[in-house]
Amino acid sequence: MEKARNDAPILEMKGICKAFSGVTVLDDVHFDLLKGEVHALIGENGAGKSTLMKIMNGIHSKDAGEIYIDGELVELKGVADAARRGISIIHQELSLVPEMTVAENVFLGRMPTTRLGFIDDETPVRETRRLLHGFGLDAIDPTQRIRDLSVAQQQMVEIMRALSTDARIIVMDEPTASLTDQEIDKLFVFIEDLKNRGHSIVYISHRMEELYKVCSRCTVLRDGKYVDTVNLAETAYDKLVSMMVGREFASFYPDYAGTRGKELLRVENLNAGKQVRDINFNLYQGEILGFYGLMGSGRTETMRAIFGVSDTEVTSGDIYIEGVKREIVKPMDAIRNGLILAPESRKDQGLVLIQDIKYNITLAVMEQFIKGARIDYRKEDDIARSFYGKLDVRASGLSQLVQNLSGGNQQKIVLSKCLATDPKVLILDEPTRGIDIGAKVAIYELIAELASQGIGIIMISSEMPEVINMSTRMYVMREDRITGSLEGDDISEEQVLKLSLGGQNE
Amino acid sequence: MSSENVKKVSMRRVRAEQSVKSKLGLLIAFVLMLAIFALLTNGEFLRWRNMVNLVRTVSLYAPVAFAMTLCLIIGGIDLSVGALCAVASTYCAGLLANYGLNTGLALVVGIGMATAMGTVNGLLISRTSMPPFIVTLSMMQAARGVAYIYSAGKPIRTPTDFGSLANGYLFDVIPYPIIVMLVVMVVMLILLNKTRFGRSIYTIGGNREAARFSGIDVRSTTLWVYIISGLLCGICGVIWASRLYSGQPTLGSGAEMNAIASAIVGGTSMAGGSGTIGGTLLGAFVIQTLTSGLEFLDVPFYYKFIVQGAVIIIAVYIDIKRKEIAARKHS
Repeated sequence: MEKARNDAPILEMKGICKAFSGVTVLDDVHFDLLKGEVHALIGENGAGKSTLMKIMNGIHSKDAGEIYIDGELVELKGVADAARRGISIIHQELSLVPEMTVAENVFLGRMPTTRLGFIDDETPVRETRRLLHGFGLDAIDPTQRIRDLSVAQQQMVEIMRALSTDARIIVMDEPTASLTDQEIDKLFVFIEDLKNRGHSIVYISHRMEELYKVCSRCTVLRDGKYVDTVNLAETAYDKLVSMMVGREFASFYPDYAGTRGKELLRVENLNAGKQVRDINFNLYQGEILGFYGLMGSGRTETMRAIFGVSDTEVTSGDIYIEGVKREIVKPMDAIRNGLILAPESRKDQGLVLIQDIKYNITLAVMEQFIKGARIDYRKEDDIARSFYGKLDVRASGLSQLVQNLSGGNQQKIVLSKCLATDPKVLILDEPTRGIDIGAKVAIYELIAELASQGIGIIMISSEMPEVINMSTRMYVMREDRITGSLEGDDISEEQVLKLSLGGQNE
Repeated sequence: MSSENVKKVSMRRVRAEQSVKSKLGLLIAFVLMLAIFALLTNGEFLRWRNMVNLVRTVSLYAPVAFAMTLCLIIGGIDLSVGALCAVASTYCAGLLANYGLNTGLALVVGIGMATAMGTVNGLLISRTSMPPFIVTLSMMQAARGVAYIYSAGKPIRTPTDFGSLANGYLFDVIPYPIIVMLVVMVVMLILLNKTRFGRSIYTIGGNREAARFSGIDVRSTTLWVYIISGLLCGICGVIWASRLYSGQPTLGSGAEMNAIASAIVGGTSMAGGSGTIGGTLLGAFVIQTLTSGLEFLDVPFYYKFIVQGAVIIIAVYIDIKRKEIAARKHS
């Protein structure tokens, strides 16, 4: 097999500048890509990564700077032009049509026609099958509908689509956001294969550990400016983070050992449908209780059942809050008893995007300032302001619409809403999903502080480093059951993996 | 403490200002329209009698428009509003004419029938996953059928003194329907803006799941919205019965479209989560002024519909553009 890497860049972007409505988004940014390279692009939200990629893809035009492809100066005239030159992008939100088949999606917009002008159904199926076979993906049937595939498979289809257009440069934006650990490993093997065949990949991710596994070089952007391009093999994790954030990083995770106070929550014999089976656990004051498991292991469903918002019927289960048995049938029951859940998807389940910060923070405590037919606006304002300040929300004020906030700030609003109910137990479902490094650290600090103040914290997380470093105690779930618990020094990646893959512990 | 009072006063002013500002475009359009028609008719259009007629006509449609607004804000819709009006008007008239029931009781039964049907809507929508569009569409047909059956397909004449209610004037100046509309409007304003129920409606419409996760009783709130809708249609229906001196099974045909138009022009979003009573009222006024003005100018009947359609599209387009500009400024 011929050597897939050579030293001339396949793509070079120099001095790229871009502004939207007077606001500078990119200021003299450089980026180059070698053939057969997997090159990471990192930076906080707002650093300019997506804008740079959109310029590369022809979606936006640049205000200044040069782009060279194979050493030749080019002016990209649009998406089709970029695609013709072999550049394609796989967005975080997959752009597949769920109701259509795999083959139809791979050939989306390019379906061939027969001599008579009718759509040629067979060629795409044949071509797609050939493509899939070439990458060992025979398990995917080209005539299947997209919505019947798993997320990981859908991602493969998206990649196939890019490859079928002879893409030499593929940009992957947060490719692992919805994949399980096993699927991520498969993806990395796949990327390795693509690399060896001479494709170049730009890899954008907030999950730093992944970058070390699959990328060779890494370019860092900060506030629209180019910081540096480094070899990952020679650069420490902390250095990368401090380049992204612009200041020295003492440590990523707060130093919180946890204490064990009184029992805040006890769940006995909880069963709800197929995804919550025989759940028994307890939570003590001063703990950060982590819940790890692969996607689909039933963690979210378990917490939803406890919170009274389960989609399937709860067939058995006793919930004790501070030792007293409580009947929880709907969320208001839980909230009244001091238990609240910050949901998995903040945009779909946690916030009313079209309303402002004040409205969202006070959502769950209306009875504190709306009595009968009177609204105490001052009290509403006070409640919102107090949490806005406590959580250090970065926004233009209480009247800013939540939809205009960054992911990290949106999550702070969700947390504010939960904290406003003065909970004894706070359940967090993937609290840092899709949030950049700086905001993540702020949220970790907040969680540790809340725990030290006596609020019991349960944290569901799919990110191994996060859950290992944050939890003072952990439960691991697999296939809808709890397989074991770990405490203190026992918490390690090995132990957690063992439990999540099927081992039991004593 | 005086500093707190200052804060309270200025917050109240900020809210009032915001409320006016968001409808500014519409207000301007309304005033402009009045001015244009006044010019084209040498001021005849602005005569007191005509203005009173205009407001009275709006007040005859207003309760239904308010009902629709409520349903739209919560993210649903009620296509049966017109039919429910017909049911109320025929039952009320029927009881008065055929059974000599006293007025109060007849009103209660008429309104009660519409409310009961609204309750059926609400139960189906809140307890099953059937879309409000389908449920209320079916109710629209069924209720219309009930009105026809009860009235045997013919108008039911009411006693003459019943007619004096909606055709009469308070203090000989203000038509009673306008009074009713004002009362209904105040109640709805308080309900939507000053109660937990009202805020829950906005939240459910803005994000149903988030409302659920925040402890809001989505099912109960949804049910009540459709009950209230039925109630408002009942009120509207009996007022019409009085105005027309008869219960009409054909009453309210197309009322749902009119109501939707008023709400949308007034700033209510079809997607749910936003909309105001004041805005809907303004929307109703804009549409009615246009209709009225065109009639005044003797524009042939059918052209009216084209103009109305155009106005609605223009109003909504302007509204969307305004929102886009505002969104771009803040992001």
